[in-house]
Amino acid sequence: MATFTLPKNSTIGTGQTYKAEADATNVRSFKIYRWDPDTGDNPRMDTYEIDLDKCGPMVLDALIKIKNEVDTTLTFRRSCREGICGSCSMNIDGLNTLACLKPIEDVLGEIRINPLPHMPVVKDLVPDLSQIYAQLTSIQPWLKADTAPPPDSERLQSKEERAKLDGLWECILCFCCTTACPSYWWNGDRYLGPAVLLQAYRWIADSRDEYTGERLDQLQDPFRLYRCHTIMNCARTCPKGLNPAEAIGHIKTLLVERDR
Amino acid sequence: MSENFPSTTAHQTRLQTPLGRVRQNGSAKSGTHHWWMQRVTSIALLPLMLWFVFGLATLAGAPYEEIARWVGKPFNAVLMLLLTGIGFYHTASGLQVVIEDYIRPERSAMVAGLLIRGACWVLGLLAALSVLRLAVAH
Repeated sequence: MATFTLPKNSTIGTGQTYKAEADATNVRSFKIYRWDPDTGDNPRMDTYEIDLDKCGPMVLDALIKIKNEVDTTLTFRRSCREGICGSCSMNIDGLNTLACLKPIEDVLGEIRINPLPHMPVVKDLVPDLSQIYAQLTSIQPWLKADTAPPPDSERLQSKEERAKLDGLWECILCFCCTTACPSYWWNGDRYLGPAVLLQAYRWIADSRDEYTGERLDQLQDPFRLYRCHTIMNCARTCPKGLNPAEAIGHIKTLLVERDR
Repeated sequence: MSENFPSTTAHQTRLQTPLGRVRQNGSAKSGTHHWWMQRVTSIALLPLMLWFVFGLATLAGAPYEEIARWVGKPFNAVLMLLLTGIGFYHTASGLQVVIEDYIRPERSAMVAGLLIRGACWVLGLLAALSVLRLAVAH
């Protein structure tokens, strides 16, 4: 049965408050989910007061400032700080997004930061994504073709064929969408989730790929594909403005045209 | 993985690799027909429901015999059979989705699915027989 409440050892307590300096004028509170696997304590929400006059504009800037200047134990993933690596995906102000692309001033009041929802937590804001990575591997996200490429050139694509990949290739695999999907929360062990299905469609739609039929075979499953109920949280949360639900719709259409 | 991992789910205590778990027993190679028929039946139910509601509205307050005569007319009887048949088919396939979404373990889901399909068959046949009796009697 689906579980609708948190287990006892996951209920979140109130944590410490780190006050801003006395002379700070432009102060905002950041409430951040903390959990340390080594202590055995329940998770808690720590509050950090930050002087925005001495901080960069994005939420990631504040997180880095906290880690550098206030509390070095705060743990989170980040790398490129410009929305292309997908490392700093987290739940900010109730919406999954990239901390590096989320301006602090877009949030009213205190800024609540949680790890991506419904994933096992490794520590603080770092979720364990190994199941999603395995699901990505399972759809074989690479070009599969038996025809050898021309000896003197690349595999060619017309402009129209290439255009079909727009809205798909931009995905950076931050998994904001998959972890925002209620259907994935309930059935993530069998449902592939929006990010992986968008990747699957990215290769189905690729004119150079010769394994479209096998790819569709692998997706044609009540759980792998058809747990998508077009809830649209994926499109709403995507920090790159993509629409995984639309890609899933294209997969369903192809299957109906082939198999109905 | 440590014991006090707070959101530990059952699979984390298994040593099977994530890829092995994800591939599981492979694709069922089905689901398309179920999904497609849900769409087809919901579209078919739109005009049928409109016809049914409109028909009931015009019969508001009419005595039993008049309603029975109306249902018994060949055209109305056929539409009633379609409405109840497609309606119960749609109900069963819709509830099937709810079961797949929320009921675990797999065996409970199978039992619930069979119960629902059985109930829909019984109710659908009851409805069909009732309509036929009216249609044949008049």
